[in-house]
Amino acid sequence: MSLLTDTPTSQARPGTPVVEAPHGNPEAPASSAAEIANEAAKVPAGPATPAAATAEAKAGAEGRNVWPIWEVFVRSSRGLSHVHAGSLHAPDAAMALRNARDLYTRRNEGVSIWVVPADAIASSDPDAKGSFFESPQGKDYRHATYYTKSEGVKHL
Amino acid sequence: MSTPETAVPASAGLHADPHGGHGDISVGVSGAGTSGDGTASATRITPGNALRPEDIALAVSRGAAKPGEDVAELALRLGDDALILAQRLGHWISRAPELEEDVALGNIALDQLGHARSFLSYAGGLDGRSEDDLAYFRSEQEFRSVELFEQPNGDFAVTIARQFVVSYYQFELYRRLAASTDATLAGIAAKAVKEVDYHRDHSTQWVLRLALGTDESRQRMIRAFKVIWPYVDELFRDDELTSRLSAAGAAPQPSSLREDFDRLTGEVLAEAELDVPQVPAARGGGRQGKHSEHLGYLLAEMQVLAREHPGASW
Repeated sequence: MSLLTDTPTSQARPGTPVVEAPHGNPEAPASSAAEIANEAAKVPAGPATPAAATAEAKAGAEGRNVWPIWEVFVRSSRGLSHVHAGSLHAPDAAMALRNARDLYTRRNEGVSIWVVPADAIASSDPDAKGSFFESPQGKDYRHATYYTKSEGVKHL
Repeated sequence: MSTPETAVPASAGLHADPHGGHGDISVGVSGAGTSGDGTASATRITPGNALRPEDIALAVSRGAAKPGEDVAELALRLGDDALILAQRLGHWISRAPELEEDVALGNIALDQLGHARSFLSYAGGLDGRSEDDLAYFRSEQEFRSVELFEQPNGDFAVTIARQFVVSYYQFELYRRLAASTDATLAGIAAKAVKEVDYHRDHSTQWVLRLALGTDESRQRMIRAFKVIWPYVDELFRDDELTSRLSAAGAAPQPSSLREDFDRLTGEVLAEAELDVPQVPAARGGGRQGKHSEHLGYLLAEMQVLAREHPGASW
């Protein structure tokens, strides 16, 4: 999040509570975030260990006496789904909602907000991209367009 | 991009003045929501419809809205209150406990600045002065804000205590002012009351958290209310102007707001396990241009750029 451009940039990936540079400053070299990046909990593709991730995130937060991170989801209008808008710091859920209102809906962007503790989100491991997401590729028989319509079938 | 008809507030049938001091804000954001797949984004930008300071300035310059002498004086009082507080709150940018709180206080400051611009634009309609003329080229004695608004920020607790008192006062005031016989005052107040309602919530949340937090935060909150409370009394003092305006149905008597203010702030203080501070009231006199020692310094900082470069725009 940068005050100058007013554009939220602290798009912390769910499950990695504090990977951003301090205050999400895109100008800051990545190296300056090294000490906190180490705390980022990766959930392996196998059985998740949310307890370990939570403990680690909490230890990091308490050690530096900072507010925990919350992920913000905004619904821009009735009928649409909530969309991930970014993240923020807040001492508790009530203040997280208010901070989200101030940070992410100040240009009339939303009609509803969800906030979720970042450490409550389990995310897929980017290193497991191959085994997780490449398997469906080439399996075009999983798409309806793979099949030709049988002759004489109506209303298909 | 052109100014869409939908961006024009229905309230007054007014159009934004592209040559106004701060430009036409509706141009530049108006197309954002309609281009491409704008509705799918969580950060879609739309200007929305509301009465803006530019609309009031334009209505005044066209002669569509002109305040009487009494109404102009009231608008000056309320505009000055909001302007001075906005300047105070702006000081917190980059200095709040967390970045998120920077933005929260900054938002409140901008809300107050918006109210100030509306009120001052309207007040200037009496003698043709602009909002900038009133904000930047009046001396300390010509300001009509009461003492509470110019009180220094102090620590975070003092700022919260000041904001708590201000927002509960302004909410009761604007709520009634929205029914004013003066259409422009009513319009400004109707927009402002929704924003001030959120300011009440923000300060209440912090009063509860500071008062019920650690020993340190509780002591600071208690001290902050002792620092701020002497200035509460002046908010609710009637005078000849408010009596005339009240008789005309243009504005409520300040004293008539006190009961609701005491009741609602009392509920929050009770929940925070705080006592209403028993302190003597400050002398006051801001409505007559008699200010505390703090206002001069604040104005010097606020006005220096405009006075150094008169007529400059940026």
